[in-house]
Amino acid sequence: MPSNTRPAQAHFVAPIDETPLVAIDSVKAEGKPTNLWTDAWRDVRKRPMFWISSALIVLIVVVALFPTLFTSVDPRFCQLSLSNQGPGDGSVLGYNRQGCDIYSRIIHGTSTSLSVGLIVTFLVASLGIFFGALAGFYGGWVDAVLSRLGDIFFSIPYILAAVVIMSVLSQYASVWTISLAIGIFAWPATARVLRAEILRVKNSDFVMAATAVGVTRLRILIRHVLPNSIAPVIVITTISLASAIVAEATLSFLGVGLPSSTMSWGNDISQAQVDLRTNPQTLILPSIALSVTVLSFIMLGEVVRDALDPKARAQR
Amino acid sequence: MTSTVNGTDVKHSTPDGEERPLLEIKDLKVDFTTQEGKVTAVDGVNITLYRGQSLAIVGESGSGKSTTAHAIINLLPGSGRIAGGQILLDGQDISKASKKEMESIRGRKIGFVPQDPMSNLNPVWSIGFQVEEAIRANGIATGRKEVRARAIEVLKQAGLQDADRRLKQFPHQFSGGMRQRVLIGMGLSADPQLLIADEPTSALDVTVQRVILDHLESLTRELGTTLLFITHDLGLAAERAEQLVVMYKGKVVESGPSLEILQNPQHPYTQRLVAAAPSLASRRIQATSHGEEAAGAHELGTEPATTTDTIDLIATAEARAEAHEAAMAQPPAIVIEDLTKVFKIRGSGDFTAVDKVSFEIPKGTTTALVGESGSGKSTVAKMLLKLEDATSGKILVGGKDLASLTGKELFDLRSRMQPVFQDPYGSLNPLRNIGNTISEPLVTHSVGDRASRRARVFELLDQVSLPRTLVGRYPNELSGGQRQRIAIARALALKPEIVVLDEAVSALDVLVQAQILRLLADLQAELDLTYLFITHDLAVVRVIADHVCVMQKGRIVEAATTDEVFENPREQYTKDLLAAIPGANLQLGA
Repeated sequence: MPSNTRPAQAHFVAPIDETPLVAIDSVKAEGKPTNLWTDAWRDVRKRPMFWISSALIVLIVVVALFPTLFTSVDPRFCQLSLSNQGPGDGSVLGYNRQGCDIYSRIIHGTSTSLSVGLIVTFLVASLGIFFGALAGFYGGWVDAVLSRLGDIFFSIPYILAAVVIMSVLSQYASVWTISLAIGIFAWPATARVLRAEILRVKNSDFVMAATAVGVTRLRILIRHVLPNSIAPVIVITTISLASAIVAEATLSFLGVGLPSSTMSWGNDISQAQVDLRTNPQTLILPSIALSVTVLSFIMLGEVVRDALDPKARAQR
Repeated sequence: MTSTVNGTDVKHSTPDGEERPLLEIKDLKVDFTTQEGKVTAVDGVNITLYRGQSLAIVGESGSGKSTTAHAIINLLPGSGRIAGGQILLDGQDISKASKKEMESIRGRKIGFVPQDPMSNLNPVWSIGFQVEEAIRANGIATGRKEVRARAIEVLKQAGLQDADRRLKQFPHQFSGGMRQRVLIGMGLSADPQLLIADEPTSALDVTVQRVILDHLESLTRELGTTLLFITHDLGLAAERAEQLVVMYKGKVVESGPSLEILQNPQHPYTQRLVAAAPSLASRRIQATSHGEEAAGAHELGTEPATTTDTIDLIATAEARAEAHEAAMAQPPAIVIEDLTKVFKIRGSGDFTAVDKVSFEIPKGTTTALVGESGSGKSTVAKMLLKLEDATSGKILVGGKDLASLTGKELFDLRSRMQPVFQDPYGSLNPLRNIGNTISEPLVTHSVGDRASRRARVFELLDQVSLPRTLVGRYPNELSGGQRQRIAIARALALKPEIVVLDEAVSALDVLVQAQILRLLADLQAELDLTYLFITHDLAVVRVIADHVCVMQKGRIVEAATTDEVFENPREQYTKDLLAAIPGANLQLGA
């Protein structure tokens, strides 16, 4: 096609009233101040899963603290004559093989599961944060030593380690020892996550700026680096609470957990094994309590993860 | 569907036998769905492009220029959607084309060169595999041998020597420039009629940028490919394209022949852009070096954040020149002698990042350290700030040797020397509010009490022209330019004598960049600051610096006053750098 048939390119100028100029780089700051945490809260608030899981967790905590509000039946008052009887006669869920009230035992066992979960989580979080922060922030030989130490603990599955510890310490078995046995081998995962995050954050320009101002290393770690790398630890911690509860049940089920005198869902599940075929509800009911508790913490962890990770938020 | 649209449009666009444009965009509207509702990113854009022409879309970030380009090839991200208008490719409306139809258009009719050469090649596949994949996808060649032969041809065309050997290599073995050549080769592999290049060189060094653009230009001319490219750099756009489309807030504010727009910008936004573009300004300084603009320089001190006037960089530069002469008589603020930094790299021995660098910075003046990536300029800054220890050599600040300082002396020195870093998104702690960020230096050095610190924070916010209400807010609400102002305020909190600006304006849009540069110039005059200004952008140097040190591979290859370097560069490297400033060889009427 000959180019002389082309119309000449006109010099187009948009009418100014249709394209008004805005001041260069003007400040738009309205409403409440926001940062990562307030944004996360705003996001979390809109999600039904957050409210469902929180409501369940609140309920579980209340049950654990005040079991007598929910049942007046003594879980230790067992009559063999009632062995494996179904619900009715003032019993909501029936009786187990020993003739103990299943509902009452579930209610009273809540505090055991929850305390193990909380103690383990506290242990894991504090050990993990302490070692992870030091290793990531100070680097060099500190990192080398702490990371290898973590690797050693990491290489042993914590359930296996807890089984070994608990069988050795069987005469001291209590909520505290079982928590210690689980927690002492479960922290490296947290430490690793935090270390990686700190390695990322400590190279930020704002850390360099703080150094150039003369802020001390420790203060930089606490003020600038830790707050910006703690989000994944919070997520991991919520989920580790759930797995600690599972671990306690597992150990009790294997017979190396809490003494049978302590009321716990794991013990009840373990003792119900023999009746699995004849009276499955004696095993299933405490298992449901366990699942609901674990599920609510996992759900909460997932909501928190989505809220703290803007990328995950964008994909939703 | 397309055929009927096609039919009607042929009639419509050629009523009297005029040539049909290759690409015609009519009233294009693109919406994004966000949490807050619909956002119109592109609003009523009209573009006409004939065969063999080249057209550049210019605009700041968020102006909708990339969205327009992505709409053409239907690669809108996530929630983006074409909400109205037509995109006619050779008379056929492709805005409503199906996925299948679009796949046959992409690559074959429209080639695309993406922005970031570092992330657009898959690191786990060889270059050859990726080029061959593109060739096969476009059905240009079938059969292993043919595809391979075409891949070699494509890479040779893109300017890669020994292409057959290169095919087996992986992306990490290629430099940024070479990767961009591969991407250009892939974009052109199916011999498309139209090539869209989205900021094809903004991630590259200026000298590499020039070579790549030269190559792209000659290649498209040779093949007769029509070129549409997107850039934030007005100088580059005008130099490389016949047609210019200036976009602002999703709308086209001005379009037409490039030179005409540069010489005679009509829309106030374009006028602003032309005045603020550092590459153009540095040309115009030579033309009107004693013009009347200098007289206007003193009126420019009004609040930059709210001004709607054009920001005139020439005037700023003129004002600077007058101020600095007096400062030359005093002893230098910084003396650097034979400074060397050697990094030990695991497995491959030593790497000398900084090699016997010596220079002085007179008090109250600005020295620019210019170089491409990897030249060692930032390492010099870090050693000066004592964020990195020197391997050998001396740094004297105010006559004191940095190496001999005690902990206490270093702490005191830090209050007299402060940095501003490049990345506005990384230089502020996102979890601390603005007030705490600015007052941190004061708290650290135990200056004043709570009330006096608060007063000082307000004073600093005034100095950087930000509203005092920002005190309780967090960085995520601020733009890049505003964050950079906060970083400057933090740096000034302790009333330092020296400020090290490490690429402090490089990540900003042109207009914002001009604003910050003027702010820096004003602050220097007001507070008698000494600047070490580190940049890769020679164009910016002209308006801010008194002295220039050009660095290459860890050494200073040329050091002189700014005027000398620009008017009479001695080293070939400096000449190359100067020639590579986009828009440098534009002849403007002024």
